Amino acid sequence: MRRPIISSRRLLPERGFRFMATLRSSRALLDHISEESLAAPVRVKEAKERGVPVVGTFCVFTPWELVRAIGGISVSLCSTSEKPIAAAEAHLPRNLCPLIKSSYGFALTDTCPYFHFCDIVIGETTCDGKKKMYEYLNRLRPVHVMQLPQTTEGETARALWRAETERLKSVLESFYGRTITDDALREAIRRKNRERRVLNRFFALARLDPSPLTGLEILAVSDYLKYSMASEEALGVAEELTAMIEEERRLGKRRETAGRKRILITGCPLGKSLHKVIRAVEEQGGGMVVAFENCGNLKSSSDLVDESRPPMEAIADRYLHIPCSCMSPNPRRLEFLSRFCGEYAVDGVVDVILQACHTYSVESFSVREHLKALGIPYIAVESDYSQGDEGQLSTRMNAFLEMI
Amino acid sequence: MTTITAGVDIGSTGVKAVLFDGSILARSVLPTGWSPAETGERALADLLLERGLRRTDLARVTATGYGRKIFREADDIITEITCHAAGAFFLEPEARSVLDLGGQDSKAIALGGDGSVVDFLMNDKCAAGTGRFLSMTANLLEVDLRWFDALGEGETHPISSMCAVFAESEMVGLLASGVAKEALARGVLDSIASRSAGMLQRVAARGPVLFTGGLARCAPLLRMLERKTGLEFRSSEHSQTAGALGAAVLGAMKARVRRATVV
Repeated sequence: MRRPIISSRRLLPERGFRFMATLRSSRALLDHISEESLAAPVRVKEAKERGVPVVGTFCVFTPWELVRAIGGISVSLCSTSEKPIAAAEAHLPRNLCPLIKSSYGFALTDTCPYFHFCDIVIGETTCDGKKKMYEYLNRLRPVHVMQLPQTTEGETARALWRAETERLKSVLESFYGRTITDDALREAIRRKNRERRVLNRFFALARLDPSPLTGLEILAVSDYLKYSMASEEALGVAEELTAMIEEERRLGKRRETAGRKRILITGCPLGKSLHKVIRAVEEQGGGMVVAFENCGNLKSSSDLVDESRPPMEAIADRYLHIPCSCMSPNPRRLEFLSRFCGEYAVDGVVDVILQACHTYSVESFSVREHLKALGIPYIAVESDYSQGDEGQLSTRMNAFLEMI
Repeated sequence: MTTITAGVDIGSTGVKAVLFDGSILARSVLPTGWSPAETGERALADLLLERGLRRTDLARVTATGYGRKIFREADDIITEITCHAAGAFFLEPEARSVLDLGGQDSKAIALGGDGSVVDFLMNDKCAAGTGRFLSMTANLLEVDLRWFDALGEGETHPISSMCAVFAESEMVGLLASGVAKEALARGVLDSIASRSAGMLQRVAARGPVLFTGGLARCAPLLRMLERKTGLEFRSSEHSQTAGALGAAVLGAMKARVRRATVV
């Protein structure tokens, strides 16, 4: 990625008056981050033209380190817009999770730049709908499906996942005619761990009361790093942003939004189409999303890969323990919820469930019970990618905030 | 001087307005029509006219219901969940939960001892179990909505479809196969009662339950709900305007707090 990254320090003199400099700077940096995210498809195209392997992924279970170790970049494939769903329904049933339909529809209509440029897709058997969809996706692009065990417990599950991680390694090696060395794996582990630490420090800003970040700002930075392929420049920008916000906060120059209810979001992945939930929480000054314990975000940044162990084993074990509802049982999700509710001083939890997502939908009951025992109010909302239920969502969220 | 407040509940099918001065001064229900905001203003103006009051006589106007955000007259905007709870608590202080079956949505609310909301559930993107489902059935059976209120006990033909749209085609088929329209109508009420009972269970509702919303007038439905949940259900002549009443009650509380702070 040779694209020059404009330093925020250079941005400042053009952007604002000196006395506003600190206030302007984190804003300017956040603007810069949003612009950079828009440029991600161009960077993928350039990488592809330079012969860099481009690997498409959907899920946090994909061992990122293996893609990096083969010298490739991992791109997160489009899956969060309603637009291509109608096209997908030519092959897939209507009564299916919108994420699966959207992912397939994007590929079918060739409207996702990341899918367009990727050589191979890595999928995981996180649910029945996805694993069957991959059979059709494989007609459009080679798809390698990793077989996830249904549980994280026991030696058999661990052995299966380690074998699947090894299998992915040999699939990538033969697909690209390259070798993945232990040294390359170690470098990749260190790089990704560094990204996770950078993200964790950034997320932790929202522990402050009041939080200096909005829910959408948290997601913007998280997306930025997702599409920056953990480049050293991008990590630097994120670190700088964190430091700036801390400094502005210290000087009292960051906006204050005291008195808002602090909300944690859990459940299914949240793409742009589900930002409506965050807007419903944050509109009218009622609430503030301070933590995301759904796919990605805190759920995936919290666990590091053990750098002292043999790399392949360490990678496999770290990914197997992601507390996803596809695992049975899934006690770590409840542990994560307890922990983050404490660390982020959460007033209420909103569980976002995509229509027809059985595992998250079923887990809703145990999450509700768990939080009730902790005395934390909980609400589950089921939604899809259409924007027609904004009114209903807003009523639910406002009523929930009134209740807290 | 007594404090007078108004509550306006702009619902999907009806606009309900209440004037409140510690007790219910006046109330009205208008069909929402195509302009929810205008209907809301008209409902409030009519009530003021009826009582010979002016807008300036009102300490606070509180809007609720799905049209609450577009009602310009409002001093406060509060969701229908909180308002129904407050209205129910005023009408029946013993009530420990509320079941509200309205035109567009249904909700189950568990109440605290002080009328606050402890937990609630609303139907997700679905007409089954709402007034819309009943009016659809009424159209199909060519009867008036009030006809359901007078249904006696008798044969109940179950409706198996979970979705109101599918249920309609199912009913068309059942009518064609000779099922009596009363049996079918009881089947529809039974399916609404089952869904509502499920919602009440999920919020761990306790009795007595105050039954509010447009469907609360339907006595056979109330009996089915009692049988299914084993809880005592109460209905009130103010059931339909409970949300607007709650809004006015909350407005009165706010006005009191304000006055106390000013003094």
